[in-house]
Amino acid sequence: MFTPKHMLQAAGILVAVSVAAAASPALAQNQDHYGLGTPIGPQELAKYSAIPADGTGLPPGSGTAAAGAKVFADSCAACHGDKGQGNPAKGVGGDRLLGGRGTLASDTPIKTVESYWPYATTLFDYVKRAMPFNAPGTLSDNDVYAVVAYILSEAKIIKPTDTMNATTLPKVTMPNLYVFNQY
Amino acid sequence: MASVIYDEKSRRIAAEMVAAETRQIAQREAQECDCKDGMFPRSPASRRRFLFATGSAASLAGSTAALAQKAPPGAVYFDAPADPTKELGRAVAADGGYGSRSQFETEVRTRFPTANEYTSWSFTPLDKMVGNLTASGLHFERHHGGIPTIDPANHSLVVHGMVGTAKKFSIADLKRFPSVTRKHFIECSGNGLTEWNKPTLKTVQGTHGLLSTSEWTGVQFATIAREVGLKDGSSWVLAEGADAAVMTRSIPIEKMLKDALLVYGQNGEAIRPEQGYPLRLLLPGYEGNTHIKWLRRLEVSDKPFMTREETSKYTDLLANGKARQFSMEMEAKSVITFPSGEMTLPGPGFYNVSGLAWSGRGRVQSVDVSVDGGQSWRPAQLNVTPESVCTVRFSYPWMWDGKAAILQSRCTDETGYIQPTLKQLIAIRGSHGPFGSIYHLNAIQSWAIDETGSVANVHA
Ligand code: HEC
Repeated sequence: MFTPKHMLQAAGILVAVSVAAAASPALAQNQDHYGLGTPIGPQELAKYSAIPADGTGLPPGSGTAAAGAKVFADSCAACHGDKGQGNPAKGVGGDRLLGGRGTLASDTPIKTVESYWPYATTLFDYVKRAMPFNAPGTLSDNDVYAVVAYILSEAKIIKPTDTMNATTLPKVTMPNLYVFNQY
Repeated sequence: MASVIYDEKSRRIAAEMVAAETRQIAQREAQECDCKDGMFPRSPASRRRFLFATGSAASLAGSTAALAQKAPPGAVYFDAPADPTKELGRAVAADGGYGSRSQFETEVRTRFPTANEYTSWSFTPLDKMVGNLTASGLHFERHHGGIPTIDPANHSLVVHGMVGTAKKFSIADLKRFPSVTRKHFIECSGNGLTEWNKPTLKTVQGTHGLLSTSEWTGVQFATIAREVGLKDGSSWVLAEGADAAVMTRSIPIEKMLKDALLVYGQNGEAIRPEQGYPLRLLLPGYEGNTHIKWLRRLEVSDKPFMTREETSKYTDLLANGKARQFSMEMEAKSVITFPSGEMTLPGPGFYNVSGLAWSGRGRVQSVDVSVDGGQSWRPAQLNVTPESVCTVRFSYPWMWDGKAAILQSRCTDETGYIQPTLKQLIAIRGSHGPFGSIYHLNAIQSWAIDETGSVANVHA
């Protein structure tokens, strides 16, 4: 284990921390910890998620474009347009989600999920956390997989018959997977 | 000069900002009152008329409800006696124990009118500010899902992922840790995005108002990291907010351990709801979006999470259609706030030129001012002691001869970096690659003063 002390030394802030340690009676008993905070386990952590490009943390469940078409019509189209073309109307302002391929290197670039987003996992992560805008976090994981499948299928990134789940979604290659930065 | 490429949405945003500012200037002129008279009357006749009209309306209406409407946001209306030495003032603590600003101070943040008012931003009125700190109620805002109301008793910070012991910290827990208090600016990397190709917005509130400075109090992330223990290979930390956008950004662990703060205090009191009450991540010198508000979770990882904000947004589109990510540091920058766009100098004579300078990479070393469009430079006076990653109020005594002039300021930071001209900046970055982006404009700002004393935003 990479000890915190190690880390702090690397960051050059060991001095500040040892001064604090000297002044703290709590640390006199336990050199490493203040003893604050409550340990938590997987159960309490289960309600949180953030999905990196390799799909770690994707939940069980699955969905297809056919099911997603209904989710989109019911929960997304009012703000993003029935064809994902966006809706700039006052009080709405939903981004355009589809189209724009081939425009990025032009003088009139159009950034959408289809043209610009590098990872399909980001779409799942974002829709699950923040959409629908007026009722965030209310879709089931199956509905999120389905609406993601619908958007990717409308964008012709996957086939209309493809099923999106924890295994297939991270394997989707987006048109603009930029290899410029490697992280 | 080569022009910088705006994508479809940014073009619309820029056009809408111009329209909004025009409306705001018209409104501001209507609101001017005699108490503001003095140096910069723009249209005295119309202002007097307005004052007369509201004065007579108030005496007719008389009811407190009607009077209350006259007080600007953050103020309470009171009748102003002709001679305050001839009658008693207000009773001590009659305000309930929390003060408000004077009813004669009208400056406000102005919202950029995005279609959806829950995902929008507001600008700090830099032209009206004095000193170095931003009043908490005037700190610029950017929210993606409105401002949540959070009871601190029900809020906690979860720290987990590649840690020895995953832990949950209540706000009370966090306040028990050793704390630090530091002054830092926060700037949105979209500050000035309208200004690449031509002078577009008129006031400094519009061109530079996504910049604010506060004194922040909180716990160093390094302290918390030590408490939970970091595992080998930890290299990124996901920060997550408790708002409707459940905002997330990935931050390099080096930055987190170097100077990241988990702040609960702002300017001597609890952090304001618009700034993340009860807890916000503060990343000195990083673009504003990374300073996650309403902070509820930190997940330590060996990779970034590629969240929407670090892929779809806040990336720099390059000429080949690829994009650069994680360009988070805010470079040295400065701006003259007096005189600035839409002001009028009443005539030749002495003016105390004043402005703000800042750098995301450390302390401001020096500031120079030019009154001839950058042909010659003189050192400005720094009115406060420069602190790391904090604005500095500077001033420059100037005797205006009544001839046309172009005012500029130029910041040099402690790394030796000198704030570039727009031409230099575009030459370095490219207009559409290699590093072209509508974000991160830190070029020198020019204000032209004509013979009538009128001040305008120009590219010089
Ligand atoms: C009430 C209006 C509304 C509804 C309903 C809605 N959205 Fe959104 N959506 C928005 C707004 C507004 C934004 C921009 C949010 C911001 O500014 O951060 C957005 C952003 C997005 C984005 C990010 C776009 C980008 O380019 O960064 C995606 C993807 C998205 N929505 C998908 C969906 C999906 C899928 C649904 C249905 C499950 C949905 N939205 C329902 C209003 C809505």
